[in-house]
Amino acid sequence: MARKLLLTHIDVPGIQTFDVYRQKGGYRAVEKALKTLTPDEVVEEVKASGLRGRGGAGFPTGMKWSFLAKPEGVPRYLVCNADESEPGTFKDRYLMTHIPHALIEGMIVSSYALGANTSYIYVRGEMMPQIRILERAIAEAKNAGFLGKDILGTGYNLELYVQPGGGAYICGEETALLESLEGKRGNPRIKPPFPAVSGLYNCPTVVNNVESIAATVPIINDGGAEYAKIGVGRSTGTKLISAGGNVNKPGVYEIELGVPVEEFIYSDEYCGGIANGKRLKAVVAGGSSVPILPANLILKTLNGEPRLMTYESLADGGFQSGTMLGSGGFIAFDEDQCIVRNTWNFSRFYHHESCGQCSPCREGTGWLEKVLHNIEYGHGSSSDIDLLVNVAKNIEGNTICPLGDAAAWPVASAIRHFRDEFEWHVSHGQEAQHRNYGLAHYADPLEPVA
Amino acid sequence: MLSVKHNEPVEFTEEMLGKFAEIVARYPEGRQKSALLPILHEVQAVYGWLSVPAMDSVAAYLNLEPIEVYEVATFYTMFFLQPPGKFVLEVCRTGPCCLVGAERIMAHIEQRLGVKEGEVTPDGLFSWRGVECMAACGYGPVLQIGPEYTFYENLTEEKIDKLIDELKNKAEGRELTAES
Repeated sequence: MARKLLLTHIDVPGIQTFDVYRQKGGYRAVEKALKTLTPDEVVEEVKASGLRGRGGAGFPTGMKWSFLAKPEGVPRYLVCNADESEPGTFKDRYLMTHIPHALIEGMIVSSYALGANTSYIYVRGEMMPQIRILERAIAEAKNAGFLGKDILGTGYNLELYVQPGGGAYICGEETALLESLEGKRGNPRIKPPFPAVSGLYNCPTVVNNVESIAATVPIINDGGAEYAKIGVGRSTGTKLISAGGNVNKPGVYEIELGVPVEEFIYSDEYCGGIANGKRLKAVVAGGSSVPILPANLILKTLNGEPRLMTYESLADGGFQSGTMLGSGGFIAFDEDQCIVRNTWNFSRFYHHESCGQCSPCREGTGWLEKVLHNIEYGHGSSSDIDLLVNVAKNIEGNTICPLGDAAAWPVASAIRHFRDEFEWHVSHGQEAQHRNYGLAHYADPLEPVA
Repeated sequence: MLSVKHNEPVEFTEEMLGKFAEIVARYPEGRQKSALLPILHEVQAVYGWLSVPAMDSVAAYLNLEPIEVYEVATFYTMFFLQPPGKFVLEVCRTGPCCLVGAERIMAHIEQRLGVKEGEVTPDGLFSWRGVECMAACGYGPVLQIGPEYTFYENLTEEKIDKLIDELKNKAEGRELTAES
């Protein structure tokens, strides 16, 4: 299960440069698409691949492309979402740092498919080194005739630019990203109209994650049908997983979708087990927004089946006993970690990052943070736990964009699965103040709760 | 880095104006507002922060109302509206980094620099703050230092001490630029 498509040549010295990338077969997808396929045929290949959006939502990329409106005489835009900021996720940083031409090549193929002649890569502003890397890669590609006017003599024109963000998580939401790219505050837009109809500068626009765009390269090289053979069911292809937290070998791993979670955590090929010989307590499998699961439920579904790294298997059991693949930000918690403290930390994050447009999110995220802070520092009361559930419920589904849901789910799931840890903090006020770690009895194998 | 006081008028150099023009050319005609964030980054890289006169000059350059610049500068956390230290140590404070010791690192920086989060050391050299997830969770604890956002990973107390000493040496013999 170690097939690589995106990171095949990641260890080749100099792969960051155009020349080495080209020697290793780079830019073949551009040649194939521009010289032998029509734009619609490229879209069909991506549809056939079953590729699903790698930024977190998991929406089929080919279908998203097919929604793009094509009115006469109106420019269309492709915007790459490289505003990676979902806590736990660092795969796009890795890809852009080490193999930038994979993204540039994907941008050319995808822009061609969509009929875009100007495309932007919106990179979070803190990734200034990556911005420099991409700018150099673009200059190299342009110099070699893969960007600019009349690419490879095919008559297709494309200009590619890198746009820095300003340090706002919300700009990872596609309409907030477009607002930001237009030089405004990152307030998400009300949908509809969707960007496919009215996006950047009110023109039809597709916004795709870095990894989704890079994945179009192997899809065009090998064909969508070949790509679809990899993986399990509707989870086709490979996925970059960012492994962090208390694992022995944190880092970015390309997996074939379908690897068992247990293998991913304990195999030396991936995380290599939990650090310092400790036991696994909990996992956030797809970035901070997705429900946290205790060790027993992340390793096996409620029905006792091994859980796999796929969109479907991780979601098995719904939010009662399952979670989501999300962006692939895989955070492991060892037995000493405090779920209450981490939930407070995540709530502070969402409060900080709420754009403030919608009252349930603007006010609710602040309440979550404050109430959780009280509980963590030993000033909570038992009614506070139900209050948190109530506030989370009132944010969820009541906001323009998914940030509200993203703030509500970690709190609701932490209380669902670790309620007695919250109760312990409430009943042991003084002790909780002096203790930064939680109860260990959720660790794998699950021990009976005292 | 150039020094600028709160009310001092700001005039951009030829070099800066050249960069601005290059940025504006990336967007369709009439969409020059898109250049706002990249230009604010350029201005902050030169002065260390965004003063009101600097923002007004950006507004004039892009043919925007000053409020259009203020509302953007106040929304994005990367922009400093008060002069920070010459070196701003920005430590990731979000969940995954805290699992591997970010809170300990921040406590050490506070103790070592002797200033609280957001404050500037008396010599004007340093300030520090916790920032939200830097998308580097596998390398935590991490910190970054602008304007090039140089990145330091797998931090320990010893690495912090060494880094602060290096930055101090780097600044020695140069004119201090931060306003206090």
